[in-house]
Amino acid sequence: MNMFKLAALLVAFALPARAEIDIQTVTSPGGITAWLVEEPGIPFTALEIRFRGGTALDMPGKRGAVNLMTAMIEEGTGDLDSVGFARARDSLAASFSFSSDQDSVGVSARFLTENRDEAVDLLRRALVEPRFDQDALDRVRGQVLAGLRQDAKNPGTLASRRLREMAYGDHPYASTGDGTEESVTALTRDDILDAHRASIALDRIYVSAAGDISAAELGPLLDTLLGALPATGAPLPDRAPMALTGGITVQDFPGPQSTVIFGHQGIKRDDPDFFAASILNEILGGGRFSARLMSEVRDRRGLTYGIGSYLLGYDQAELLMGQFSSANGTVGQAIDVIRDEWRKIATDGVTAAELENTKTYLTGNYPLRFDGNRPIAAMLVGMQMIGLAPDYPKTRNAKVEAVTMEDVARVAATLFREADLRFVVVGQPEGVGSTD
Amino acid sequence: MLRRTLALCLLAATPLLAEDVTTFRLDNGLEVVVIEDHRAPVVTQMVWYRTGAADEAPGRSGIAHFLEHLMFKGTDTLAPGEFSATVEAQGGNDNAFTSWDYTAYFQRVAADRLVLMMRLEADRMRNLQISEDDITTERAVIIEERKQRTDSSPGALLQEQMRAAQFLNHPYGIPIIGWLHEMETLDRQAALDHYTRFYAPNNAILVVAGDVTPEAVREMAQRHYGPLAPSDAITDRKRPAEPPQIAERRMTLTDQRVSEPYVLRSYLAPERDPGDQEKAAALTILAEILGGSGQTSLFAQALQFGANPVAVYSSAFYDGTGLDESTFGLLVVPMPGVDLATAEAAMDAVIADFVDAGPDAEDFARIKTQIRANQIYARDNVDGLARRYGEALAVGLTVQDVQDWPAVLDAVTPEQVQDAAREVLNRNRAVTGWLMPTEEAAQ
Repeated sequence: MNMFKLAALLVAFALPARAEIDIQTVTSPGGITAWLVEEPGIPFTALEIRFRGGTALDMPGKRGAVNLMTAMIEEGTGDLDSVGFARARDSLAASFSFSSDQDSVGVSARFLTENRDEAVDLLRRALVEPRFDQDALDRVRGQVLAGLRQDAKNPGTLASRRLREMAYGDHPYASTGDGTEESVTALTRDDILDAHRASIALDRIYVSAAGDISAAELGPLLDTLLGALPATGAPLPDRAPMALTGGITVQDFPGPQSTVIFGHQGIKRDDPDFFAASILNEILGGGRFSARLMSEVRDRRGLTYGIGSYLLGYDQAELLMGQFSSANGTVGQAIDVIRDEWRKIATDGVTAAELENTKTYLTGNYPLRFDGNRPIAAMLVGMQMIGLAPDYPKTRNAKVEAVTMEDVARVAATLFREADLRFVVVGQPEGVGSTD
Repeated sequence: MLRRTLALCLLAATPLLAEDVTTFRLDNGLEVVVIEDHRAPVVTQMVWYRTGAADEAPGRSGIAHFLEHLMFKGTDTLAPGEFSATVEAQGGNDNAFTSWDYTAYFQRVAADRLVLMMRLEADRMRNLQISEDDITTERAVIIEERKQRTDSSPGALLQEQMRAAQFLNHPYGIPIIGWLHEMETLDRQAALDHYTRFYAPNNAILVVAGDVTPEAVREMAQRHYGPLAPSDAITDRKRPAEPPQIAERRMTLTDQRVSEPYVLRSYLAPERDPGDQEKAAALTILAEILGGSGQTSLFAQALQFGANPVAVYSSAFYDGTGLDESTFGLLVVPMPGVDLATAEAAMDAVIADFVDAGPDAEDFARIKTQIRANQIYARDNVDGLARRYGEALAVGLTVQDVQDWPAVLDAVTPEQVQDAAREVLNRNRAVTGWLMPTEEAAQ
């Protein structure tokens, strides 16, 4: 087949791209720091807040408290009950969302420039002085319990829970932050108040803003919004153990397909080899159609609709994991292909062309992420959470470029350990059984 | 109270800021839309074909979506997989999606790489090559896709069955992914037939959004898409129409994988038409009033709040952007211990009350405020704007219709919403589905 000479074009286009955003660091008169990208083009601001700790701060026997508390922040404050709060927020056309994960409680807000002060005041009241009414608690608890019952019938959730249980021993990471039906049912209003005090405090806060707001405006806003929060919260969790061993775990579930989650120990975000590891993961199981797993399991063999792997980084644990679904009759074959690919990359590393193409992809793709106030604000707060400097967007691509063939060969040999892979298979796989 | 009124006044005084859009047409019929956003050096190219699952030949359900997958195989000059590999080597992302009315392909790249994306996309518009091997493996992939997204989900299966019952004659009743027994028979000829008939510049819309100028796009589009020959097989999109629907349809799907039973209802509903979007606008606001908010909507208030709530969750939804008739949907997930009949009766009582009383003035004003603000927020997401224009044009609306839509929404009166509810929420034109766990699983 007579190909386009695309390779020649690539060289011409593949200049290292850099994210052209200007991050300012703003410290409020009261001492709260935020990162800001000022973009006055559209008259609104996107604001992101994170409190480190999250659902891993749940006290023994209170699993699900931080999650339920977070879901109730929008259920009223002061003289506003749930409905009053929602009406006030919607009348301002502001949006506030509150979320939690193992390591953080998050607030994502956007508000118009024309009523910014009122929106910030309403958000402050919700965050600092939530009502946590008993009737709202019962209603939101009902929704959480319904979600838990649905999870118990969802093969993907069942698989990730099983993997988590096997990996993390008695650490909070071993269970879902949503809690269990039993623990959530038992939570009281006092537990919710405790969870609020434990997880929402100034000693663990990260803030970013992007949009139509200046540094001079953002400083005082931070004090108004957050200044009344308590200085300290609960102690952060310790490092999680890693108890995952190689093998296969099958859990019966009806349906035409098996859902599989697989993984082993990963690598820390601040490890000097992290960039080499993330390039390797991109080559093996990145979200691209040309990644090895997509190519081998989907494109060549038609065994799945999609497969990917990722480096999962918690504050206190790391995993290299992947996920796919395949028909019950073919899932065993897919697992064999994955094992082969794991061995192959550990033994043979990657080709120079793969390394170059992946660097071009990662460096070219990075600036594409900074394309709106909301994504920029989310990126900025995420960077702070993992300890990056404000100039990171300008230096990050050079770190990718600096990775050599020797680096990836050395890291591949230790990162990918086929014998340590644990496959959790939820379904009715044919010819695949639990190994222990 | 004062705060609310003040906010409304402020927003009412804000002009409805339009995005920066230019349109033109090439001689071969390709329609081009350029949306400028110079905040970041990024561009999205989308090509929308005016063909989808509702345009498939009888017995070949799933072929439009199957062809979408096959478009990532080779062309006369490109090896299989090289398309995506080339986009990725530029740091870009690409993908595609299929609906009943359209099939769309897109790439997101640094703005200076747009010309290469055009060269690639123009190439596969007319020069696709598909081998028998491609067919065999990719057909296995779409069957896995169906198993993952439909057959593994009782909720998706119920929706598929309900849709088939909703449309008595129109092909909207056929699933986009296809019926399994027909998917298994899709072959190379079926794919090529669909491709050669529908993939041509005079059946496509090019949307380019981001850090570009209309002049540059025109020059590049002329160079790469301009030479492509139009198809003479493109005809008016006339699908079999619905007869009068005069009898309510009901069904129950029981599955051991169900944890939360629910009642789902869909009504046949009018769509947005060129120059005639008022009724669709009224229905859009009706969905918001009935079930748009978990706190303030009529459903939330009546079903989830109060001393004896019947539901854990409820919502109402409507999207009128389609070539032919659409649907208006309702969902109620009852509290444990509340049966589906009780939940459904409570839902119908809310509707009956609304049809009698019409919207609350404050609810109505608040929703209008949010609609106006959404015009501001929408400008933050240029990809979203690209999709909005591409989808509208692909279903026969015009750029003018898209730009009029916020004003049409803003002009809707409470009486129009009440009238729309009275007309559309008619159970003779509806399908009601109950999703239930099997007895064993329920214990």
